[in-house]
Amino acid sequence: MTAADALAGILVIALNAYVLSGGADFGGGVWDLFASGRRKAAQRDLVASAIGPVWEANHVWLILAVVLLFTCFPVVFVRLAVALNLPLTGVLVGVVLRGSAFAFRGYGGDRDVVQRRWGRVFAVASLVTPILLGTAVGTVASGAIRDEGRGTGNGFVASYVAPWFAPFPLAIGLFTLCCFAFLAAVYLTLEAPEGDLREDFRRRALSAGVAVGVAAGLALLVARPGAPLMRHGLVGSAWALPFQMATGLAAVSALVALWTRRYRLARVAAALQVSLILWGWVASQYPYLIPPDLAIADAAAPPATLHLVLLALVLGAAVLVPSLVYLYRVFKASERTSAIRHQ
Amino acid sequence: MTDLAAARVQMGMSLAFHIIFAVVGIAMPVLMVVAERRWRRSGDPIHLDLAKRWARGTAILFAVGAVSGTVLSFELGLLWPGFMRVAGPVIGMPFSLEGFAFFTEAIFLGIYLYGWERVSPRAHQSAGVLVAVSGALSGVFVVIANAWMNAPAGFDLVDGQITNVRPLAAMANAAALPQVLHMTLAAYAATGFAVAGVHAWLILRGRRSPFHRHALVIALLVGAPAAVLQPLSGDYAAGHLARHQPVKLATMEALFETRSGAPITLGGWPDAAERRTRFGLEVPYGLSLLAFRNPTAVVRGLDSVPPELWPALPAVHLSFDLMVACGMYMALVALWAAWLARKKADLSARRGFLWATVLAAPLGFVAIECGWMVTELGRQPWVIYGVLRTADAVTPMPGQMWRTGVFALIYVFLAVVVTVLLSRQIVRSPMHTGEYRGIPGAGR
Repeated sequence: MTAADALAGILVIALNAYVLSGGADFGGGVWDLFASGRRKAAQRDLVASAIGPVWEANHVWLILAVVLLFTCFPVVFVRLAVALNLPLTGVLVGVVLRGSAFAFRGYGGDRDVVQRRWGRVFAVASLVTPILLGTAVGTVASGAIRDEGRGTGNGFVASYVAPWFAPFPLAIGLFTLCCFAFLAAVYLTLEAPEGDLREDFRRRALSAGVAVGVAAGLALLVARPGAPLMRHGLVGSAWALPFQMATGLAAVSALVALWTRRYRLARVAAALQVSLILWGWVASQYPYLIPPDLAIADAAAPPATLHLVLLALVLGAAVLVPSLVYLYRVFKASERTSAIRHQ
Repeated sequence: MTDLAAARVQMGMSLAFHIIFAVVGIAMPVLMVVAERRWRRSGDPIHLDLAKRWARGTAILFAVGAVSGTVLSFELGLLWPGFMRVAGPVIGMPFSLEGFAFFTEAIFLGIYLYGWERVSPRAHQSAGVLVAVSGALSGVFVVIANAWMNAPAGFDLVDGQITNVRPLAAMANAAALPQVLHMTLAAYAATGFAVAGVHAWLILRGRRSPFHRHALVIALLVGAPAAVLQPLSGDYAAGHLARHQPVKLATMEALFETRSGAPITLGGWPDAAERRTRFGLEVPYGLSLLAFRNPTAVVRGLDSVPPELWPALPAVHLSFDLMVACGMYMALVALWAAWLARKKADLSARRGFLWATVLAAPLGFVAIECGWMVTELGRQPWVIYGVLRTADAVTPMPGQMWRTGVFALIYVFLAVVVTVLLSRQIVRSPMHTGEYRGIPGAGR
């Protein structure tokens, strides 16, 4: 394994961590938007208290992934930034509005009207951003990103819209949203106190789990014309069958665990399921970072840079991992007595 | 507006917006840690109240800083792919380190804000210290990356291609130390004086409670030493510019012709076409003295490069003068505070001093914005000095103006909201000592 391979792997690990943590925070916003029934307010409070202490740390995984990408694979970063300019700009608007709305709601004042208004911004941004993020990933997987720029002779739509505004990338956007909402609902069953509130999120988790399956089916349906390379990788290669079975097994275990109210097991299974999906995508296009033509080795920065970044990652992890463990132990330790809101 | 101009406006806007929150994220944790430390030692609940209120302000500003920083990391590619293609492998290293520092800051800020009742006092205090340290470190790393654009190092340029990349040498570029010192001090000075100014204002408005007196003292403890040191670091930075970025220095000082015994021109309107500065006040030999410690030293003027390589003259020159004026004023107020403290005077009883502090409150941020104008506009037309022009780095995507417009709206909106929220926090601050009546230890 080369240094470039290792760094590409670490990049995916950062993405994976972002999906499991930051992704679930987006999902929490979705459940804020769809809060309903008699316990509407309690549902929203639970989401806010679950996200509050950790969302900023969770968000940094995305920054880390971006920074690793432009340091170690600058060509990939540049090509993505040009071809996916519009959806990524949308992601940015979503990130800004969601993050600031969440902080403003938490610290903005006690008036209900104000709280609700910021809550709405937070929730809508939480819905739109994952779709755009997923669409960007779907575009990469579809193999539609070429080296655009001056002199290709293509028009604006052909260069900057057509690659991502297509059935397969949009289906992946929807799928991503379902995955995030599913993760959030499963986590929230553990954050909720025993009783009705927990049942609310159990029902939400179950329906989101089904939605994940439906969206996956839809994506596979449009993958035949839309992403032939990925479809080939996911269906045709030697590792495909055991991988698919493992993912399916995790999915079924998550649903069964939810059904039988074994929430801890459900959390593990759901996180595993979503991670396996991510790694399945990665494996299907290995060794390409941007299929069909930009491979890890061709896109890598000079070895001097790669080796130093690897060293920095090792040192950084020595600080980061214990800190993260501490953060989660303080706020996500098994039995929460009550959600103490910051005064 | 051309696409290049629109992209530059968007980048400038994003940086101008983000820098305020970044600076507060560096210095505000120091204030809250000092307040908490004083509470742990004295048991005075006013200090605890201060720590909590400052932490709440930090939380709002840090959140906006985190998201506006994310925008910048994407904008590097969305607006300047030509720059990132070249710069990524050379200068990505400090960005990676910044990623870790920022991660640490976010983690321990979460623990600080939400952990008052969940972790031990010692752990809580340490979390605050870690927030302050990692906040300062993230600033240092980002400024190192910027310094590299001004004084590129750590690679060879062969036929327009970057080869032999040495990331550590790139980090150790000539501009790194002067810029890091100048910016870090600026963060503490600006934030310290902004907070001090707010509390001075409230005291002048009749709220002479111990709450505001303590707040004023802590804020000045952080801001004043930095403000006194800042002119020294500025002088050091100017010496660096004279050697490594002569065109920027010539633009800052509106020096058109290369000459010995160069004067300093204060104010005035530099006219690029006529190659002279109107209405300026000249201090003979000033520039030669400041730049080289020698009144007859030769300082390179703008005539050393063709006019198409000149930065925007009046903007850079006037921004520079305004920055220096703000910095000098703050340093004087800081010295006044030190003199009063030496006499053991009650700062909150000196109306003249309080008014001077109120006036200083916005000036640190004005100076920071002006300083970045000088650094960034003063490097144009280059994005990497002498290596890559800004015009060659911009994205090929047309229609930049639309996005610039959208982001302008978002930033204006966020600025208004943050201002309203913070002013509400300030208005709600305690009126009188009476609010602490009955709490043991209050008001000492």
